[in-house]
Amino acid sequence: MIESTSIISYVTFIFGLSSLFYIIGWISKSNKANTLGTITMIIATIGSGSAFFLRWMETYWIGYGHVPLASLYESLIFFSLTIGVIYLFIEFRYKVRVVGIFAGLAAFLTLAYASLPSVGDQIQPLMPALKSNWLIVHVMTYFFGYAALTLAFCVSLLYLLKSAGKNTNEGILGRIPGFKTLDELTYQLVMFGFLFITLGLITGAVWAEQAWGRYWGWDPKETWSLITWLVYATLLHARLMRGWEGKRLAYLSILGFAAVMFTYFGVNLLPGLHSYL
Amino acid sequence: MNDTIKSVDLTDRIWNFFASVKLSVIVLLSLAFTSIIGTLIPQNKSSAQYIQQYGESWHGFFEAMNFYDMYSSWWFQLLLALLIVNIIVCSIDRLSATWKIIFPNKPIYKAGRFQKSNWRRSLSTTQGSEDLQKPLTHFMEKHYRHCRVEETDDGYLIYGEKGRWTRLGAYVVHLSILLLVLGVLISSLFGYEGHMNLPVGSTDNIMTLRHSNTRVQLPFELRCDDFSVSHYPSGRAKEYRSELAVIENDTVAVERSLIVNDPIRYKGFSIFQSTYGQIPGDTFSLVLTDNASGLQIEKRASIGDEIDLPGGKGTISIEDYVGNFNFRGRNLGPTYLSMLVPESGSPRPIVLPLQHANFDRMRGGEFTFSIKNIDYNYFTGLQISRDPGIPIVYVSFIIMLLGFLMTFYMSHRQICIEARRTSDTETTIFVSGISPNKRSGANMAVKRVAQKVDHLIKQNPNTQGHIR
Ligand code: HEM
Repeated sequence: MIESTSIISYVTFIFGLSSLFYIIGWISKSNKANTLGTITMIIATIGSGSAFFLRWMETYWIGYGHVPLASLYESLIFFSLTIGVIYLFIEFRYKVRVVGIFAGLAAFLTLAYASLPSVGDQIQPLMPALKSNWLIVHVMTYFFGYAALTLAFCVSLLYLLKSAGKNTNEGILGRIPGFKTLDELTYQLVMFGFLFITLGLITGAVWAEQAWGRYWGWDPKETWSLITWLVYATLLHARLMRGWEGKRLAYLSILGFAAVMFTYFGVNLLPGLHSYL
Repeated sequence: MNDTIKSVDLTDRIWNFFASVKLSVIVLLSLAFTSIIGTLIPQNKSSAQYIQQYGESWHGFFEAMNFYDMYSSWWFQLLLALLIVNIIVCSIDRLSATWKIIFPNKPIYKAGRFQKSNWRRSLSTTQGSEDLQKPLTHFMEKHYRHCRVEETDDGYLIYGEKGRWTRLGAYVVHLSILLLVLGVLISSLFGYEGHMNLPVGSTDNIMTLRHSNTRVQLPFELRCDDFSVSHYPSGRAKEYRSELAVIENDTVAVERSLIVNDPIRYKGFSIFQSTYGQIPGDTFSLVLTDNASGLQIEKRASIGDEIDLPGGKGTISIEDYVGNFNFRGRNLGPTYLSMLVPESGSPRPIVLPLQHANFDRMRGGEFTFSIKNIDYNYFTGLQISRDPGIPIVYVSFIIMLLGFLMTFYMSHRQICIEARRTSDTETTIFVSGISPNKRSGANMAVKRVAQKVDHLIKQNPNTQGHIR
């Protein structure tokens, strides 16, 4: 019987491969390579989803039985899944395959990090405070939000890459979608991401009230998710002001992504209730 | 004269200052950056801990800046207040303009705007475009709220508009923020939280408030019938479960198991499973050692019992249990207090600390007493809170999400179908759409309308045409 952890080690490389195909497609203008990129991306995403469901079943076989969103390792699997799903959605909707380079790379790095021994892939039973349906909704909405914001970051990087060049209409830079498209895509992704991290904040508050009797406690993880939320609220307003498009918006999106990363990984270095995840 | 102009000028300037989106960007970013401080410096610890960690001089600075309780510091609250004023002023400032767009006396449309629209499609028909006017109008009236039909020199225009109200989305979001802040304010002013340790088998209605040690009487009693803790094979805690009853006016109002994540809600109070522990229970063994013979006698007893000493030498009664007994400045820990009443002579208190079994030997009496084999009893640690802000906060969450859906995924859009006779035999129909507040979405709408128009053309036996 194959295990979810071994599926994940294959999927890691398929995501990496997909990124590689997209790079080749971008540089060499090869449609074949781009199509291969899409196909491998689909395979990797399905693989990551299968690993998620298999692990769900594994928790039952062991006798614990819970949705696999209870450890850093499990959340990383789900994160790679959401990156794949949202990327594929925007690829089909906006036909922007260059973004796939970064999407594949992001999912690859996510799973590569998951495979570090320090992360630990054992299935752990749930402690009483984590047994809540609100927690499942909380984590899922957050990761959909994080994935969209990660892709917004990727698009912003493309924007900066393109604007750093001299001749932006030709060659490989010309094959990056136009500034308008990138800008619009960033905005759309940030709106989606903002909606979902708001849902995450809200469901987190409801869960915290149920588990500890307070909906907000200024615990470092909570505070950092508020910080992230405030940065993206700023971005949305800055865009409504004249002049805050393009590069400046891209910088704000990168700042927001830095806040996301710190909320996800950095806060564990600080003390608090969330230190298990 | 000059003075009034100046003062009008000044109030205008103050108003404009608070109405600017620039201020909101600055305040939002300031809130984000200052919030970081409270995640780096642990909040609400003791001075001693801070001095040890940061040293005297940093400690003085941090304390002066309120960094140890920063989220309730005056300057952080000031930033929040600034955000609130900003939202209110800004919303009032723009609402009247938005209102006029949403509820105009009659729909305004400018043909020029449609001709420049990015979302424009054209279809040609060879004949009978007049026959199409009716079904097209019907279609538009069915799907668009504000419709107008206009005859032009070389054809006609059908104009439709919908989703004006979605422009209120941003105001809905801002209203929800105000409501959220109101809810949080009510929570912090009128909410409170206390703790009760309830031994299994007992009933109580007194809780101790957090941070103040004030004791508060609840309008109901809580009775704990049982407590259990279960573990996974690895030893990790699996579940804490109290069998709890809420009793009001001597009748049981609620009776169920209380576990983490499933609080009991009763009349505005919430009761949470918070901690647990063990306390010595009612029964234990009193050990009497006859110091002369070394003979030991063990008797089951409980608090309040009076036990006869062998040989009619008097009695010993167990009077009380103290969690931490202080004996000549020394903490002896959990201790039973008892009274020895000898056959003759005056009664004498006997101290029986659990952790020092030989303690009574010091007294040098005829008997030495000690306590063992205690029946431990669980107590459940309940957290009890009352927070009237919660409903308001939750309502604000729902309103905020509705506002997001309105601003992010709905749009105000206008569609114009224009039929223009291009030659004697041919009519071109243009379908174009705009989103006056610059949202994407009009694109899809135009596509849908164009498809419908195409469909109607094909259905009409007198016409034929193709999308261009
Ligand atoms: C945490 C606080 C805030 C949140 C979450 C928030 C949220 C939003 C959202 C979601 C939008 C719609 C954005 C879009 O259409 O893409 C918006 C629009 C707007 N916000 Fe805020 N906002 C906040 C505070 C403020 C403040 C303090 C101001 C004060 C000036 C402000 C002024 C505006 C303006 C002028 C608009 C555009 C309204 C329009 O489209 O007519 N916001 N806000």
